[in-house]
Amino acid sequence: MSVPLLSARNLHKAYGALQVTDDLSLEIIEGELQAIIGPNGAGKTTLIAQLSGQLRPDSGQIAYEGRDITRLKMHERVRLGMARSFQITSILPGFTMLENVAMAVQARSGSSFRFFGSAARERALNEAAMAALAEVGLEDRAHRIAGPMSHGEHRQLEIAIALATKPRLLLLDEPLAGTGGEEAEHLVALFRRLKSRLTLVLIEHDMQAVFALADRISVLVYGRIIASGSPDEIRRDPAVRAAYLGEEVA
Amino acid sequence: MRVKNADPAAIVPPRVAVRTWVAIALFTAFALVPVLAGWLDDPFLLVTATRIVVFALAAMALDLILGYGAMVSFGHAAYLGIGAYAVAILSSYGITDLGLHLLAALVVSAIFAAITGGISLRTRGVYFIMITLAFGQMAYFFFVSLSGFGGDDGLTLRQRSTVFGQPLLENDLALFYIALGFLVALFGFSAALVRSRFGRVLTGTRENRIRMQAIGFSPFPYQLTAFVISGCMTSVAGVLLANQSEFVSPAFMNWHRSGELIVMVVLGGIGNLTGAIGGAIIALLLEDWLAVLTQHWRLFFGLFLVLVVLYAPGGMTGLIRRIMGRAP
Repeated sequence: MSVPLLSARNLHKAYGALQVTDDLSLEIIEGELQAIIGPNGAGKTTLIAQLSGQLRPDSGQIAYEGRDITRLKMHERVRLGMARSFQITSILPGFTMLENVAMAVQARSGSSFRFFGSAARERALNEAAMAALAEVGLEDRAHRIAGPMSHGEHRQLEIAIALATKPRLLLLDEPLAGTGGEEAEHLVALFRRLKSRLTLVLIEHDMQAVFALADRISVLVYGRIIASGSPDEIRRDPAVRAAYLGEEVA
Repeated sequence: MRVKNADPAAIVPPRVAVRTWVAIALFTAFALVPVLAGWLDDPFLLVTATRIVVFALAAMALDLILGYGAMVSFGHAAYLGIGAYAVAILSSYGITDLGLHLLAALVVSAIFAAITGGISLRTRGVYFIMITLAFGQMAYFFFVSLSGFGGDDGLTLRQRSTVFGQPLLENDLALFYIALGFLVALFGFSAALVRSRFGRVLTGTRENRIRMQAIGFSPFPYQLTAFVISGCMTSVAGVLLANQSEFVSPAFMNWHRSGELIVMVVLGGIGNLTGAIGGAIIALLLEDWLAVLTQHWRLFFGLFLVLVVLYAPGGMTGLIRRIMGRAP
């Protein structure tokens, strides 16, 4: 495993005088689940935005499989096999659950400059979408309009959409935020299953979930990674405990 | 209530039917107008109906990008003007064939739409509205300055377009049915378009642009293509309008006209094609009717519009949906 799947080198991003990402370097190893934790305002979502191509860093480099992708846009990175979920639910509210996922399937299967023939009747799209919905446990709600569904269902739907793009690397931005007991457990179980086939980057505040799932944890504070290591190493790291964990995980 | 099915992948959500039936009903009603005009012995009815059909076509074309793509073009009258001037300018050089008029209108409007759309689509929201308005006005002043073709005053056509050398359109009835034929055909085309893969990308981008990018779509080429298609369809309406009024002038592409097209779409309800057709019918009939009653008809028309926006936010479509007991 010489070349990491995704690597960031010396990333800088500032909003005005506020340095949100400060000389950040990071390596994501294929097959691992790497968690990124840090207090609010540490720049986690900004980091995901840069890794996924939604934001461009002020300086620094991002490479995927050793190839420089710093200048690639989000939709171009998706085609390389990077998918993401959003901290704030981002779906197509007027579409059904199935249509939401079928849209993602359509993105990677053939041209979308087809002006005739009903997309809703394309079996290949619907079947692949159904499979992704089944993976997250939403297959029985496939034909309901997505907008009015519950927050937990939206979270599941976002994962299904991301999976439908057939990613190698999945960036999850606080996927558990706002979900309650059973929903959260369900998602954690899902991520555990996904770990065996995908490389995952998980930003999460739920420390129980993070320490249960992660192969490696990086701690982000004020735009810098102050520590990186196995869950045990992070638990013992005095700098991390001072900056973030406190007595919570003692 | 959960929808269950043995083979969910084969299901098509039943969201198409009603508006298509309404559209078919409207087309049938249009087709019967000449009969009614005969009974009432009112030849002016046919003229009004032709105008309505032409504007219905333009409004439907606008709805394609406004309703399905969230691109509020405030310069769409430019394409009406391009279509109309294609007829006038070619005719003045002795080229009277309808097919060639249509071809010229389509080519010029496609180029104009590709250039102005390519620039406008770099912006969104209010900025998109303003920049399309600006391009519309540029087209307007361009034709105002064409003094060889009447400038500000416009010019009267010596004859309507010919079909295979025959002066078929001189017959008002033939012109009406040809216009209706274009409306029905382009409705069919648009209905297919919005259900296609392309249409889904367009609608998806309206729903959530970032989401579409995050699954691997670049919205721009799809939006631009839709913009060009819409402009071309509107120019067909322009060709028909010139033939109907036997006169063209820059006033066809004034920003008031662009506003009227938006009003029609909003009145009917955006994003379902049929609504735009209904909106054109209501707007033009109301305009005719109010203009007979008072010269301050615009005031009352404006009042009506405010009431619709306040109390029937989905336009006529929303009203029908509410009457049928479905969520607006």
